Amino acid sequence: MASIRERFEVPGKMKTWSLALISIGLAAFIIGFVTKGMSKDEHERAIFLGTLMYNTIYWTLVCNAAMFFICATTMAWGGWQISFRRVTEAISAMVPIFGAITFFVLIYVVFVDKNHQIYHWLSEEAKTDPILKGKLGFLNPTFFLIWTTAAIGLWAFLGWRIRKLSAEADEAPMDNVNGAAFIKQNTVRAATFLVWFGLTVGSTIPWLWMMSIDAHWYSTMYSWYNFASTFVSGMALIALWVIYLKNKGYLEYTNQEHLHDIGKFMFAFSIFWTYLWFSQYMLIWYSNQPEETIYFKHRVQGPYKGIFFLNLIINFICPILILMKRSAKRNYTLITFMAVLIIFGHWIDYYQQVIGSISKDHVTLGWFDFGILSLFVGLMIFFVSKSLASKPLIPKYHPFLKESIVHHT
Amino acid sequence: MAKKKFVVGCFDDEAVLFPAVKKVRTAGYKIQDVYTPFPVHGLDHALGMRETSIHTAGFIYGITGTTTALSCISWIFTKDWPLDIGGKPHFALPAWIPIMFELTVLFAAVGMVLTFCYLCQLAPFVKKHHFHARATDDLFVMVIECTDKTNSSDLEAFLSNAGAVEVKTEIAEDGWWIGRYDKDEMPFETQTALA
Repeated sequence: MASIRERFEVPGKMKTWSLALISIGLAAFIIGFVTKGMSKDEHERAIFLGTLMYNTIYWTLVCNAAMFFICATTMAWGGWQISFRRVTEAISAMVPIFGAITFFVLIYVVFVDKNHQIYHWLSEEAKTDPILKGKLGFLNPTFFLIWTTAAIGLWAFLGWRIRKLSAEADEAPMDNVNGAAFIKQNTVRAATFLVWFGLTVGSTIPWLWMMSIDAHWYSTMYSWYNFASTFVSGMALIALWVIYLKNKGYLEYTNQEHLHDIGKFMFAFSIFWTYLWFSQYMLIWYSNQPEETIYFKHRVQGPYKGIFFLNLIINFICPILILMKRSAKRNYTLITFMAVLIIFGHWIDYYQQVIGSISKDHVTLGWFDFGILSLFVGLMIFFVSKSLASKPLIPKYHPFLKESIVHHT
Repeated sequence: MAKKKFVVGCFDDEAVLFPAVKKVRTAGYKIQDVYTPFPVHGLDHALGMRETSIHTAGFIYGITGTTTALSCISWIFTKDWPLDIGGKPHFALPAWIPIMFELTVLFAAVGMVLTFCYLCQLAPFVKKHHFHARATDDLFVMVIECTDKTNSSDLEAFLSNAGAVEVKTEIAEDGWWIGRYDKDEMPFETQTALA
């Protein structure tokens, strides 16, 4: 077999672009901080902090979804992902960085700014409010701090353990005994991550960070909905990086067959997202109780109407119609287009979930949102490319590598 | 019912089968089918079969299901028998979506299964000839259809060279018939001598 390019070198252009995006983002952040963040008006500050919140939570969970993908396929004995596994690992290596940003933003909101417009449960009234009183065991600053720290810390730590083990597959060929031990160890670590993932992303974290903005309202679908949202964006991000590396002539072992399966994930989880979106909507629509419909009132009938339905068009109609055909999932251009669209669509979804609850009367989407988005995209490109370059692109002694090379859909 | 002459080559390894398929095809023989004990990835490609269009059929069945559900329910609830259910509008689309979804799945699933059975000529009591009993166990059985010009002994030798562990020439029923394997007198078994 022809020799493969093992090391990714970050092209100068990519570095320039990512730094440019970061500086645009930083400029937007500083201007935003001066004009909105330091405002006397709590509502202005809430919009500023809310914008930071949804961006940082979104990107943390999207990068964390890459680690979820590794662990879930590992548990399912899926060997097909090995040929591009270093890409998913590099994306998941963003979790400590974005996680730290999320941590600071959330701690700032809860402990420094104590913003009641975002987290109503921080206020004194909450102690006498009959509904909030019952929730204060979960929604209080101490628990918020402990659970946020534990969640981000353990995502970073457990993910790091899996990446560390994976690096061993570069060192020496494994015989059957070592290979089996490696796979077992890998499976155990993946399972540990998944348990924690289920306890956090799959349930409590979206309730704590985002659903508690509407402190009176609740939906049991909410966390699943957010999981689906970030997982499908995570798959789209993986697809984008894989296609980028393919175009640069790396990842020789990855081909259309792998792309097809990534595309299937993007397709399937877009449908899954819609299923949850609809389940959440329909139950509330059907029971028609004021304390539940309050969440949808200004989204379906108020100023967020456009964004609300745009969300559904981008994240459901487009994937189902465009990605349905087999040939579409094997087409690099179409997958790139859909991946960008899906990432943008779910970003919009996060926008309306967070800001839609903070600023109910008018849509604030503008230069500041796109500026912060550019900050996060820049950071993502900068650090993912850096961590891609730090390790060989193919875990060449991984026991399942051959399975991945001969993968066929 | 049409009887045809076939040359059958049996292989016991995928790694031998794939090059053999390639050789047989380049030599210009027409492979009728390869019977395998399990789905072999890439074999359809190697045999040069076209992509199945059963998913297109599935899509059409699916939208038929959606349309059926939507038109039925909307006619019933707005024209035929409007009911006030919980103060909801008569045209209560969100409430119908689960049913539309279920009918989509039902139509697509049942339609695709029936289409698949039709295309593969599978049905209760419909029988087809088995070229080798071990095709369901551990042998990959390649069946080549002979034309008037095919020299079957040459072809047998060719298959043996390509790595077949067992070769034979058979005259067999090409289509299907209705009957039972244990009761039927096999029309082709009495005719062992080659025409």
